[in-house]
Amino acid sequence: MSSIKIIKPGTQTTIQDKGRYGFQSCGMVVSGVMDSFSHRVANLLVGNSFFEAVFEVCLSGLELEFQGICVIAITGANISPSLNGLTVPMWKSFLVKSNNNLSFGRVISGCRSYIAFAGGLEVPSVLGSKSSYAKANIGMQLTAETIIEVKTPKEFSKLASRILPPAFIPIYKNEIALRVVIGSHKDYFTEDGIKKFFSSEYTVTKDCDRMGCRLEGEAIVPIDSNIISDSITYGSIQIPQNGQPIIMCADRQTTGGYPKIATVITADLPLLAQAKPGNKISFSSISVSEAQQILRNSKY
Amino acid sequence: MRDQPRFLPLGDSALTIEFGNKISPEINKKVNQAAALIQEKNINNIIEIVPTYCSLTIYYNPCHLTYNELIKHIESLDFSSVKTVNQKKNVVTIPVVYGGEFGPDLKYVEEYTKLPKNEIISIHSSCDYLVYMLGFLPGFPYLGGMNKKITVPRMAKPRLSVPAGSIGIGGEQTGIYPLQSPGGWQLIGRTPLKLFDINRDKPFLLKAGDYIRFKTITETQFRQYELD
Repeated sequence: MSSIKIIKPGTQTTIQDKGRYGFQSCGMVVSGVMDSFSHRVANLLVGNSFFEAVFEVCLSGLELEFQGICVIAITGANISPSLNGLTVPMWKSFLVKSNNNLSFGRVISGCRSYIAFAGGLEVPSVLGSKSSYAKANIGMQLTAETIIEVKTPKEFSKLASRILPPAFIPIYKNEIALRVVIGSHKDYFTEDGIKKFFSSEYTVTKDCDRMGCRLEGEAIVPIDSNIISDSITYGSIQIPQNGQPIIMCADRQTTGGYPKIATVITADLPLLAQAKPGNKISFSSISVSEAQQILRNSKY
Repeated sequence: MRDQPRFLPLGDSALTIEFGNKISPEINKKVNQAAALIQEKNINNIIEIVPTYCSLTIYYNPCHLTYNELIKHIESLDFSSVKTVNQKKNVVTIPVVYGGEFGPDLKYVEEYTKLPKNEIISIHSSCDYLVYMLGFLPGFPYLGGMNKKITVPRMAKPRLSVPAGSIGIGGEQTGIYPLQSPGGWQLIGRTPLKLFDINRDKPFLLKAGDYIRFKTITETQFRQYELD
C-alpha cells in the first residue's frame, strides 16, 4: 500500500467527503467539501466513487511527499501545483512515484483545490463520513509528519492521463454572480432593504472560511435582528444587526439566530466555494422550481 | 400556534415548516410530533429532518424530489391527528457538582441575585427543563424553564476555554457545554456525563423533546462517575 506524508499542512487543508448527514437534529455540523463539482470530478478522474474523501486545499501552503506509487488528480482552484518543482496539469489524472514531492504555490485562480487519490484514503469514517471537523475533534487532522495510507486501486495503468474535456472546466472570475432563492425570513427586511441587497455588489472579506463567508458592502439592516433560532443550510445568507451579509458554508452550525434574506442555489455553491477575499459578489433572485430545474439540467 | 403550518423554502434543497413564532412547550411539542410523523412515512429522497424551537426543516434531494412534490406529500399528512407517541415524559438525570472549581461563577451568582448558595442550587435543581432543540455544538441542548430568580448577565468577556460538562447560566437560560469550547455563560457547576461522545454506541445523550433534571452530587461521586 502506498502512503502520503504531510510535510507542511498549509493553513486550511482538510480531508473532506460529501459530509456528515443524518445528525443535524443532534447539533452535529455537516462539514463536507465546499466545492462538490471539483470534488466529484477529481474522484471521477482517478476512478474513485464520486463521494470518496479528498484533500481540500485552501489558498496556501500544502506540501506532501508520496511513499509508493499513486495516481492523483487536482481540480478546483489553480494554486500552482508542482511535482518536484515542475508544474503539473490540473483536471487531469497522473502518476506519482515514491519520494515525489507535491507542493502548492501562488494562487492563480479560485480559492480551493481538491486532490483525489486513486483507491481512496485510508481514513476512519465517523458517523458515516470521513470529513474532518476540528472543533469537535472529529476525523483526521492534518499536521506536519501525518502519514495517511492510500488504498491500492484495482489497476493503475488505465487511470493515469484521464482528462476532463476543457468545455467543462469552470473559469473562476473575481466577480461572482450568485443566484439565490428568497429566504424564509423575508418579512424581517424592508422592501427597500431587499432591493438594496439585489442591486449592490459585495466584497468578500478576510473573514472567510469553511464556516462562513463574511461580506462587506451596502448594509441591509433587518427590521429585527433576532429570530427564534432555526435551521441554516450551506448557502444561507444571514444578516446580523450590522447589516453585512454572512453566507453560511460547509462547517456552519446547524441552527442560527439571525434572519436569513436568501439561500444560494445548489448549482452555484461550487462558485461560492471558489470566492476569495477581495472578490466581488452580486445576487439575483430565482424561484425554487427554477433552481431545481437548473440543478437537474446542469452539465454536471 | 398556527392553525395551518407555514411552508418556507430554505434554498432549493430544504423546506422549513413553521408551526408558530414563539418559544413555548406546546408549539415545540407539535414540532417534534410532526417530525416523528414525517419520519414514520419514510418519504423517498428525504435526507434528514431537523426539529427546532417552532419549526422543522426537511433536507431532501432536489434531483429526485421537487419542492412541490414534497409539499404535496406533507399536505397529505394530518398533523392534527398526530399520535402522541412520545406522551411519556422522558427525563434524563444530570448529576452535577455545584460551585468550587467546578462552578467558579457560583459566587458571582450569589452576589448578583443576593440569594444564598444553597437556595440557588435548590432552585436550579428543583425543576425539569425541556430540551427544545439541539444545535450550536454537537449535543448542545437549548433548555427552557429556568426560574427567573437566578437570571444573571453573561460574562462581559467570554472565557477562551470552558471545560466539557460545564453548566452555566446566561441571561434567562441555563445550559451544558458538550465540548471544551470558548463560552460566556456564568459557570455554576459541572457534570461528569458526556453529552457527546463519539466512542459511545449512542454518541448523543439527549434529543429534542427530552426533559432534564439536575441532581447534586459530591466531588467524590464525580470522580467515581469518571472512572465508571
